[in-house]
Amino acid sequence: MTGSTGTVPGTGTAPVQDTVAQAARTPDARQPFRELGLKDDEYERIREILGRRPSDAELAMYSVMWSEHCSYKSSKVHLRYFGETTTEAMRSVMLAGIGENAGVVDIGDGWAVTFKVESHNHPSYVEPYQGAATGVGGIVRDILAMGARPVAVMDQLRFGPADAPDSQRVVPGVVAGVGGYGNSLGLPNIGGEVVFDPSYAGNPLVNAACIGVLRAADMYTAHASGAGNKVILYGSRTGLDGIGGVSVLASESFASGSGGDRKKLPSVQVGDPFAEKVLIECTLEIFRAGIVVGIQDLGGAGLSCATSELAAAGDGGMAVDLDRVPLRASGMTAAEILSSESQERMCAVVEPDKVDAFLAVCAKWEVEADVIGEVTDTGRLVITHHGEVVVDVPPRTVAHWGPVYERPVERPDFQDALRDNGSGSLARPAAGELPALILRMAASPNLCSRAWITDQYDRYVRGNTVLAQPADAGIVRVSDDVPGGPGDPDRPLSRRGLAMSTDCNSRYTLLDPYTGAQLALAEAYRNVATTGAVPLAVTDCLNFGSPEDPGVMWQFQQAVRGLADGCVELGIPVTGGNVSFYNQTGATAILPTPVVGVLGVIDDVTRRTVPGIGHDTGESLLLLGTTRDELDGSEWASVVHGHLGGVPPRVDLAAERLLAQILLAGSRDGMISAAHDLSEGGLAQALVEMCLVGDTGARVVLPDGDGPADPFVALFSESSARVLVAVPRTEELRFTEMCTARRQPWAKVGVVDAASRTLDIQGVGELSLPELREAWTGTLPALFG
Amino acid sequence: MTATAPASGGPRIGVITFPGTLDDVDAARAVRYAGAEPVSLWHADADLRGVDAVVVPGGFSYGDYLRAGAIAAQAPVMRSVIDAARGGLPVLGICNGFQVLCEAGLLPGALVRNSGLKFVCRDQWLRVENTSSPWTTRYEPGAEILVPLKNAEGRYVADRSVLDELEGEGRVLFRYIGGGTADGPVPDTGNPNGALRDIAGICSADGRVAALMPHPEHAIDPLTGPTDDGLGIFLSVLDGLGVAA
Repeated sequence: MTGSTGTVPGTGTAPVQDTVAQAARTPDARQPFRELGLKDDEYERIREILGRRPSDAELAMYSVMWSEHCSYKSSKVHLRYFGETTTEAMRSVMLAGIGENAGVVDIGDGWAVTFKVESHNHPSYVEPYQGAATGVGGIVRDILAMGARPVAVMDQLRFGPADAPDSQRVVPGVVAGVGGYGNSLGLPNIGGEVVFDPSYAGNPLVNAACIGVLRAADMYTAHASGAGNKVILYGSRTGLDGIGGVSVLASESFASGSGGDRKKLPSVQVGDPFAEKVLIECTLEIFRAGIVVGIQDLGGAGLSCATSELAAAGDGGMAVDLDRVPLRASGMTAAEILSSESQERMCAVVEPDKVDAFLAVCAKWEVEADVIGEVTDTGRLVITHHGEVVVDVPPRTVAHWGPVYERPVERPDFQDALRDNGSGSLARPAAGELPALILRMAASPNLCSRAWITDQYDRYVRGNTVLAQPADAGIVRVSDDVPGGPGDPDRPLSRRGLAMSTDCNSRYTLLDPYTGAQLALAEAYRNVATTGAVPLAVTDCLNFGSPEDPGVMWQFQQAVRGLADGCVELGIPVTGGNVSFYNQTGATAILPTPVVGVLGVIDDVTRRTVPGIGHDTGESLLLLGTTRDELDGSEWASVVHGHLGGVPPRVDLAAERLLAQILLAGSRDGMISAAHDLSEGGLAQALVEMCLVGDTGARVVLPDGDGPADPFVALFSESSARVLVAVPRTEELRFTEMCTARRQPWAKVGVVDAASRTLDIQGVGELSLPELREAWTGTLPALFG
Repeated sequence: MTATAPASGGPRIGVITFPGTLDDVDAARAVRYAGAEPVSLWHADADLRGVDAVVVPGGFSYGDYLRAGAIAAQAPVMRSVIDAARGGLPVLGICNGFQVLCEAGLLPGALVRNSGLKFVCRDQWLRVENTSSPWTTRYEPGAEILVPLKNAEGRYVADRSVLDELEGEGRVLFRYIGGGTADGPVPDTGNPNGALRDIAGICSADGRVAALMPHPEHAIDPLTGPTDDGLGIFLSVLDGLGVAA
């Protein structure tokens, strides 16, 4: 990457490396900072900080750490809004928040949970399998670094049109990568999202989430304290893979710039899930043994990030000798070693008298480990290579002094025209066309069964999965302990479970980013409550176009404000998040995609609510919530008319809160036998899915909306704050009286009919379960084999 | 079937952990549910710690490098298992454990890439073909059970003569008969991976070494699995140990 910029001629064939001394001697040497993604003023700032030009190795460190991906330089000023709006009451469940590797939430009984979503978008376009695989690997290490055992993963995927030629390359590769890595790690995949839209054709989104569980007392944070403590690098060797990934790949859009003369080498990392599985068990044993001060995972920006962040979070400095870093390739320069993104590596700070014990655990798991340096009291990060000082910097300037931009923010001109182009002008189907429309919608790529994807993911491993796809939220039991098993005093018997759902409708978000982000939050919140879990905390992964586009920055600012304000209204905090910018092809940005993840807790997992009907003989179907004529931005408008315009469905967070309380009370008291959230595709899709997942028929009578009864609106409107529940006949009166007493709008819309094997909608038509199943399940296998 | 409470001093069943083993916690849980004490066995340790039976669990031992199960079959603990199996110790291989037992020469044939070339995770119907093995006595002859299946290399293959011998000696323990995805039943795709003669599990000539690709340890509680049909395998071997003791 960095050519030798030193001007001193080499002696013989010995490699010349640029050192700190050399940098001081040759202040005017030209450096390839632009190729590394640094702007002119950023480079000048580095020179100011150091009082000289940076060495090659220092330049590599600053360039990766000051990249958009690592420094959040464009988003920081907006993200502050989360902190400003979080109240003390919201903060009370948080043990650690933004700034740590992942937020940590107290879930009671001495247990804590850490969870996070992260993007790996650009690498997954270049190399779908490895990009997706290492995305999973990276988020799992983030969770592990908090001292938590990773217990589940999820994936949030967005692709170009399902039938686009490039989707044949990207979709199977990404799915196989998510599965190949997660399955081999032994982590159940408990849910996620898959969305197809033309805006992602040249820039798919691959977000991955991980949930980890720990005893609240055992939380670790990444810091390097105590002069004399040793710095240990352990895990895989450091190689030439992924170099420059952060600065070049993650922070610039593809085919950007008018010059077109910059050659961007694919620099996607290669994952080895076996190495990571061993690393997980080794690291957890190290935590259990209490022989570590702090641990940091090596992800984007590799050792540059780990050393500077550990040192910056500690109380002094750090000395590192790169000659002690085990390498995969010979002749690597200091800059290459520091910016390599080789996977499956961790960095630990260990007290000197515990180093032997630490190395013994690593030896047991056959994990390579080497002491590469120590904590100092110099206040500086000093790195040597071949006996020469190649880095000598204040660590905070690398880790935290990255530039902060107040990017221009401007509501795009097209926003008004978009708003005025509602779906009202679109031709609506006649009543006789509705059965065919239900089938067509159920078979459309965004609504059809995800089984082709999720059947490539292990949802069973570790034996604690209580709900997974196609449930509204995934649920895992917290404790490994089993009823009747020998009680381990450190792990009390518990039926406690964790629920998580992630959502985002980027079509709504384009129409109105503030409302769109709130609708994403509302849906994830509703999904968690639908399974019977209490929503507790929020994480996000904000995928947007170029921050240099004022219109994109407006979308970003609006989405952040919408999400933060929504969290205040729901009373749950954002505990952490991730920002991914530059998701665009040429000048065209993706639809703004703020993926919102909501974590919930359920006291007793045996009380979880399933999505399929037919578990109880004699169930009534009740629609909770209010249906309005809201079809702007809907799946119907997209599938039938290829239309996107108007205003998204109204968001009503007070209604969402009430609905969640009703669902929780209903599941706790055994009044609900099944439930499914209404979202894309409306009531029609919810009915289809509840019947097919439960393999049971139903007879439906459509309710009146707030206007004249219109079966099309009743079936396909996407009004929010609605859930379809199945209630045992014996509980129906009690449940509806509770709804009425608490002013929860409800309407009886039918009964489960176990004998019929059809979905019979009065006045619309009858659809047999086999024909519905064929429509719903046939699409993805037909496209992707 | 009902789980009995664990009795101290009762049967002890070893569960092996290789680097890359994933379903060891699940196998141990199934052993506990069945009423026995699970004993962790470490791949590098040849000591079987006096266990009454051994489970070789699922996962990707040694990252499936070389071939699935090939490196694990050479581990010190497996040398002890091979010796003990020849002496009659009941051994059960699940998924990767099946691959390990084939590589170790305790069972004939091999497991190769699924015919669909993809990892397959689904609920799988099996027919219990032989109920005289120590691992299957709790089932009615011809019983149909539903357990999870999840692997990328689960297609059982062997020479025709080996297959004929297995069939002739009643050593086919489980056969695939139908499956379902997370989104509901799939009635007409019985064989998920192209396994020859729909074979899901087999046993040794004396019946004491048994293995199957699907995961009975994930079907011990309808809360976390499709059924509790898999518990019968663990209860069966405990019945046999009780008689022997």
